Amino acid sequence: MNKIQRIGLGLFIIGFLVWIATLTMGKFTLTDQVLKDNLKPEHYEQLHSSLAPMLNKTYDTPFGFNKDLSHTIEQVNEGYKVQNQMDKVINDSYAFALTKAASHGYIRDSNLLLFWASIGLSIVGALIYILAGLRKLPGNKNDNIYHNPATSRGWVGIIIGTFLILFYIVIYFFPQYIVNWTLLVDPLSRVLSGTPAGQWFLYGTLYTLAILVMGVRMLIKYRHNRYQQVRTVSVMFFQLSFAFIIAEILISLSLPYYDFKNMWPLDYDFFFEWHLDSLTSSGQLGLFMLVWGIALFTIGVPLFTYLYGKRWYCSWVCGCGGLAETLGDPYRQLSDKSLKAWKVERYMVYGVLVFVVVMTAMVLYTYFTGQSNIGPISSYSVRSIYGFWIGALFSGVVGVGFYPLMGNRVWCRYGCPLAAYIGIVQRFKSRFRITTNGGQCISCGNCSTYCEMGIDVRWYAQRGQDVVRASCVGCGICSAVCPRGVLNLENAEPGSRVMIAPEVLMGNDMPVIKTQARTTGSQN
Amino acid sequence: MKHIVILGNGISGITAARHIRKHSNHRITVISGETEHFFSRTALMYIYMGHMKYEHTKPYEDHFWGKNRIELKKAWVSRIEFDKKELVLVGEAPLTYDILILAVGSEPNRFSWPGQDLEGVQGLYSYQDLEKMEVYTHGIKRGVIVGGGLIGVEMAEMLLSRGIEVTLLVREESYWNHVLPTEESALVTRHIQEHSIDLRLNRELAEIRPDSSGKKVGSIVTTNGETIECQFVCLSVGVHPFIRILADTALETDRGILVNEYLETNLPDVYAIGDCAQHRQPPAGRKAVEQIWYTGRIMGETVARTICGSRTTYTPGIFFNSAKFFDIEYQTYGEVTVPLPDDTDTFYWEHSNGRVALRINYKKGSGAVVGFNALGLRLRHEVCDRWIKEGRSINDALAHLREVHFDPEFFRRYEEEIVQAYNSSQSEHVVLQRGKKSFFSRLFS
Ligand SMILES: Cc1cc2nc3c(=O)[nH]c(=O)nc-3n(C[C@H](O)[C@H](O)[C@H](O)COP(=O)(O)OP(=O)(O)OC[C@H]3O[C@@H](n4cnc5c(N)ncnc54)[C@H](O)[C@@H]3O)c2cc1C
Ligand code: SF4
Ligand code: SF4
Repeated sequence: MNKIQRIGLGLFIIGFLVWIATLTMGKFTLTDQVLKDNLKPEHYEQLHSSLAPMLNKTYDTPFGFNKDLSHTIEQVNEGYKVQNQMDKVINDSYAFALTKAASHGYIRDSNLLLFWASIGLSIVGALIYILAGLRKLPGNKNDNIYHNPATSRGWVGIIIGTFLILFYIVIYFFPQYIVNWTLLVDPLSRVLSGTPAGQWFLYGTLYTLAILVMGVRMLIKYRHNRYQQVRTVSVMFFQLSFAFIIAEILISLSLPYYDFKNMWPLDYDFFFEWHLDSLTSSGQLGLFMLVWGIALFTIGVPLFTYLYGKRWYCSWVCGCGGLAETLGDPYRQLSDKSLKAWKVERYMVYGVLVFVVVMTAMVLYTYFTGQSNIGPISSYSVRSIYGFWIGALFSGVVGVGFYPLMGNRVWCRYGCPLAAYIGIVQRFKSRFRITTNGGQCISCGNCSTYCEMGIDVRWYAQRGQDVVRASCVGCGICSAVCPRGVLNLENAEPGSRVMIAPEVLMGNDMPVIKTQARTTGSQN
Repeated sequence: MKHIVILGNGISGITAARHIRKHSNHRITVISGETEHFFSRTALMYIYMGHMKYEHTKPYEDHFWGKNRIELKKAWVSRIEFDKKELVLVGEAPLTYDILILAVGSEPNRFSWPGQDLEGVQGLYSYQDLEKMEVYTHGIKRGVIVGGGLIGVEMAEMLLSRGIEVTLLVREESYWNHVLPTEESALVTRHIQEHSIDLRLNRELAEIRPDSSGKKVGSIVTTNGETIECQFVCLSVGVHPFIRILADTALETDRGILVNEYLETNLPDVYAIGDCAQHRQPPAGRKAVEQIWYTGRIMGETVARTICGSRTTYTPGIFFNSAKFFDIEYQTYGEVTVPLPDDTDTFYWEHSNGRVALRINYKKGSGAVVGFNALGLRLRHEVCDRWIKEGRSINDALAHLREVHFDPEFFRRYEEEIVQAYNSSQSEHVVLQRGKKSFFSRLFS
């Protein structure tokens, strides 16, 4: 690490620590006004007397505040249950809204300053660190990846992974504790959507920043490789515009939140009635959104996947792919390449696909018939099981939290139902393949090592067979790291894909004879 | 069912084993003293540089061998009793064979330089060499690499990745110029220097001197009398077949183990393949001893056929090879020899950035292309191979240059520039073909 990089890293860490410190900076005071503003009128009636002891009391942390708050609400609910007044039980979660509204003090007054001192400083530090990469000559620079504790499942990687996992758990299940972080991005939220930031705005901001900053890193790291550059600019663009700015502007126009590049079944709640209702009640644009969302996966996926392969979505457009290809790039080598992992992958990813299809069928049944139960099973409990286990735990906590431990495509490889669906099209009906260049492969293993999807690319390359795999996201890194120019991502007639290894590899002129293999000569 | 013993688990021995298994039910045992499992020697540098770990260099998972009934034995063979059909193993009971395939590979050359046995002086061939290198280069300031071949450059890149200063001693006046024509050699020489390597041309090693401890290397002296302080010396002055254990046996050897076109040695049921084989009559355009990854693979496939009943001659096709000099990839197809033969003409194009180049050699009268050199540019093996076999004329080849292109999508294309350069040097002009596809179909491909 040179001096500039050290400075960059130092600034990044300072910014990060300030950011952590902001969690302790606020004060929280519940007032009657806050309750009136944030509770449904009937809940206000039910709660305000019980919450009276909390009113105008100042808490130093969101923990104490929430402890009293949740305790009170629980007691009230307990009372209803004892009196068998189940209809009065309060199931709405007010923790985040009340904590946020109750917060005041330095963090609220100086949120813009603190934003720059924390997140802003980290961005600057990261960019300095990244730009220092320009001092190296362009070319593949994977030196010391396996000596570095951050990128080889060492202690730094474990710390980063733990942080990410905790972050996801808090964002999904305990947003009330990070109210201060949402205060930091309130100004930005107000500019974009005119509303204060919730936890999802905070998440979207950080997500977009991660893709942009680490995207710059990709652009510099691969400045000798135009495919990587174009692809990286593409994911940066789609995240910034479609997923972030346009979606927020829609909110400011009181239209439904909509990410035009996301689609069912990754967007698993597309067909949930609250979503369908919000689209159908939003006039022409809402209807367009509905048709667009359906056309994307019924027409867009088969068409574009036929023409260009899975990559058109997974490593050019998708937000999950975008994060994996930028923030996750330093960890791509940690994917498991074993045959066993491939078997597990197929059970899991197609299992999730079946799950989401069945769930959606049930949801639509409920939507059209008004009946929540299909036999003994309630479509509501199925969707909440999916939402919790797949939507939150798998795609978020495991999907990103495990970057430094299992590689950057854990979700895409083992869990994403959309990837599973696009993969089937790519495998059976697509012009896309990775061509292997005759007999040039020296079996070095760089391609397999750096394949984030855990594809044993070398196995294909050394036998002269095209790589045609459902899981390949077409990131092109295998082609980039191959020191012998063996691999090339190409589109041509589907029938010209070399699906069976040639009997005799190019460069060997011995006559071809038809032999009967007596045993499995192959690994996979 | 015969017991086939293969000595050596490199690419040639392992390919032979895999193909014998494909074609037969013979019992197969592969012996090597180096590592238990087959790994890719070509990737040694990447382990040192931290791009990969040793596990990643194994082309097959460990369960592959059991599943395919290929027995592995990790042991050194100290002697072979050909008359008893027996291998004598170090520290283990001897092993008998019905058929023996020798695939023992190479070892680095040493030229009895004074001081070459000091600690910190070594070549790089085996996994053990890599382990030694890890120890001897730990925390050092400068390493000297002797020899300007492919491995020399790899070693330079390796040391550089650890922040070690590198001096590269090259006997010739330009890097690798007995293989690369002047222009390519100059291009690579510039690139090496760009990486702040202390490249010393026209220098040979005279002596290696110890440091104050008397045991470790402290400096080297060149034949010009220069002294260079260093803590590590890498000798990369070529390799030779690793056949010491075969001396004074009935097996005929010269530089390597002598084999005929069927890879048979002078002894019945004994074959030799890969780096260690020396061809009595090398195929056209080939050397008697060729230390190349894919030729070992081809020999392995060939010998497997012969052993399994269809006697097959060793027929490597049109020559090809590839390497990488730091960030510049190099591919070659067919014959690009130094010096240029009398009946051959050459066309060379180099991009103004000095990092991309293409050479096409062709016969004077017919214009038939005979060889390609590409630097910083990927070519399609299939097309080069076909064009050379067909004797495609240079004009025709250039007109269809788009077909040979193998760089990834969105990469800068150089065809127009290359053809322009050719046209400006010729009376007869070539028109670059658009390729078969219309604009519309290219849009969707
Ligand atoms: C650093 C490096 C980089 C290279 N890069 C390239 C490249 O980019 N492209 C290319 O084409 N070629 C390259 N080569 C050359 C290529 O690796 C060799 O040509 C090839 O590995 C030879 O394979 P082989 O099977 O003939 O022998 P080997 O791979 O040498 O296998 C022989 C095995 O037999 C074992 N053995 C020998 N004698 C005994 C004994 N008495 N008892 C027990 N075991 C024994 C050895 O230990 C060894 O494991 C490179 C070589 C090196 C060293
Ligand atoms: S990186 Fe290239 S040479 Fe190495 S194993 Fe993969 S395809 Fe072969
Ligand atoms: S096979 Fe290559 S292009 Fe496909 S996912 Fe793996 S590294 Fe990316």
